[in-house]
Amino acid sequence: MSAMAGFPEASHGEALIRFDSVSKRYPGGLEALSGITFEIPRGRMAFVTGHSGAGKSTLLRLIALLERATRGQVLVGGQNLRRVGRRRVPYYRRNVGLIFQDHRLLYDRPVFENVALPLVIAGLDGPELGRRVRAALDQVGLRSRERAYPVTLSSGEQQRVGIARAIVGKPPLLLADEPTGNLDPDLSREIMALFERFNRVGTTVLVASHDLELIREMGYPRMVLDQGRLVQGPDHVPGPADA
Amino acid sequence: MPDRQRLGHRRRVARGGFHPVRSLRIWGLRHAQAALASLGRLARAPAPSLLTIAVIGIALALPAALHLLVRNAAHFGQGWEGATQVSLFLERNVTDDAARTLAKALAHRSDVASAHAISRKQALAEFRRHSGFSQALEVLKRNPLPAVIVIRPTSDSAAAVEHLVKQLQAIPEIDRVQMDRQWLQRYFAIVHLVQRGVTMLSVLLGIAVVIVVGNTIRLDIQSRHQEIEVQKLIGATDAFIRRPFLYSGLWYGALGGIAACALLGIGLLALHGPASHLAVLYHAQSLMPGLDATTAGSVIAGGAVLAWGGSFLAVGRHLRRIEPA
Repeated sequence: MSAMAGFPEASHGEALIRFDSVSKRYPGGLEALSGITFEIPRGRMAFVTGHSGAGKSTLLRLIALLERATRGQVLVGGQNLRRVGRRRVPYYRRNVGLIFQDHRLLYDRPVFENVALPLVIAGLDGPELGRRVRAALDQVGLRSRERAYPVTLSSGEQQRVGIARAIVGKPPLLLADEPTGNLDPDLSREIMALFERFNRVGTTVLVASHDLELIREMGYPRMVLDQGRLVQGPDHVPGPADA
Repeated sequence: MPDRQRLGHRRRVARGGFHPVRSLRIWGLRHAQAALASLGRLARAPAPSLLTIAVIGIALALPAALHLLVRNAAHFGQGWEGATQVSLFLERNVTDDAARTLAKALAHRSDVASAHAISRKQALAEFRRHSGFSQALEVLKRNPLPAVIVIRPTSDSAAAVEHLVKQLQAIPEIDRVQMDRQWLQRYFAIVHLVQRGVTMLSVLLGIAVVIVVGNTIRLDIQSRHQEIEVQKLIGATDAFIRRPFLYSGLWYGALGGIAACALLGIGLLALHGPASHLAVLYHAQSLMPGLDATTAGSVIAGGAVLAWGGSFLAVGRHLRRIEPA
């Protein structure tokens, strides 16, 4: 079943994500993003960095349609998100794999059911469901823990369950918000290596992180946000001289 | 073409074409899964579930019991309705022979089913037997009672009986016409009043069921706040998130209905002894209604529908407020 693989109106060669003078102002008056413009091509892996409160999370939330832009246009897969109505949001979100710092797992059910949830929601069942869940768990190295409950796992393992859940539907886009925030450097590297692996098979990956050292080490394009403004675009590939 | 349809189309294509029967089967399977999962969730927290079910059971049992009793009371009255009698008190100077002749003549009327004459002597004897005034009657030199003709009208309808009474009053030998009907009309008036009361009570208790289930589901939604958030994050539709809560409501109502039937059964059994004693005293067939399948079925179905409605309202109000943060 490849229902979730691909945004409907996307064709190859164009930008998968395009921000056009996007601003986001919260009801309190706080402007989280102001006048952001950038493009991320299909199949690219990129980072968003900046201090906490710089707008990294808001940027990802706009792409996942957890928020809507106050001004400007967000296009994902050629689709203007402003035109995605409330009722269509769930169908849109199935194309986006979301990974959070706090994992957002359901602690009342085992690993298998956590990972299976997106497929169940998409209406898959039977042997195909089991096969795909186990394939996803295989990719994150947790094949043997499918019956375990999340609380019995380490933080790094829980994060990998979260990643398995994000990729099990084979979405064309992965968004990760501080996925290594709670992990030590070795585990962080492992997680990032996973993202690289998904990117190599064609998934577009956008990671928000303030782990500058790791990002520099990996050498992918980087966007820098500062107080809601984009001070460095995604075409910038960080080199050793970067601070 | 909207992308949603396209996605759906792709899914069908990917599964090897669109089969209506297969789609329907999958849809049914999904609902069956949700229904079973909801039942399992109820079973995993037996104490609070049983409390809710008991409250619904009592709220449904009360109006159902009253309804059964009122229906039986109306039925009980109908047993007497066939016995509508009209007593014709004749003038004192009409002889017993003349009374018998008149009775025969009346019996030939098409609107009179039967007519039989009670002579003055018979009347006196009967009065002595039943009234307890036998000694007082000894004092009297003459029989003070007139001859009586008791007739049964063919029709029980009030209009037909009234028409008959008017015509009978015009016959010169007849002094007074008395109908044994008025008390029956009063009885039915009371039954109707009680029926209306029971209907009002049923509506109120029905609303109570909606509120109780609505509140239970609201608490359920609150306690599963995180799960709902996660489901929304990974693309669950409102219908998908709503489904288990609606099935929970349905189960609460249906199980509450079954509890109500059990309560009714126990209650009727407890009342059976005294009621049949009373029925014997009144020469009636049976005072106590039985719990028939129709009533039991409508209590269970009614409970399920009301509780489903309650959960629908709760889900509609509270689910939309939960947005992933």
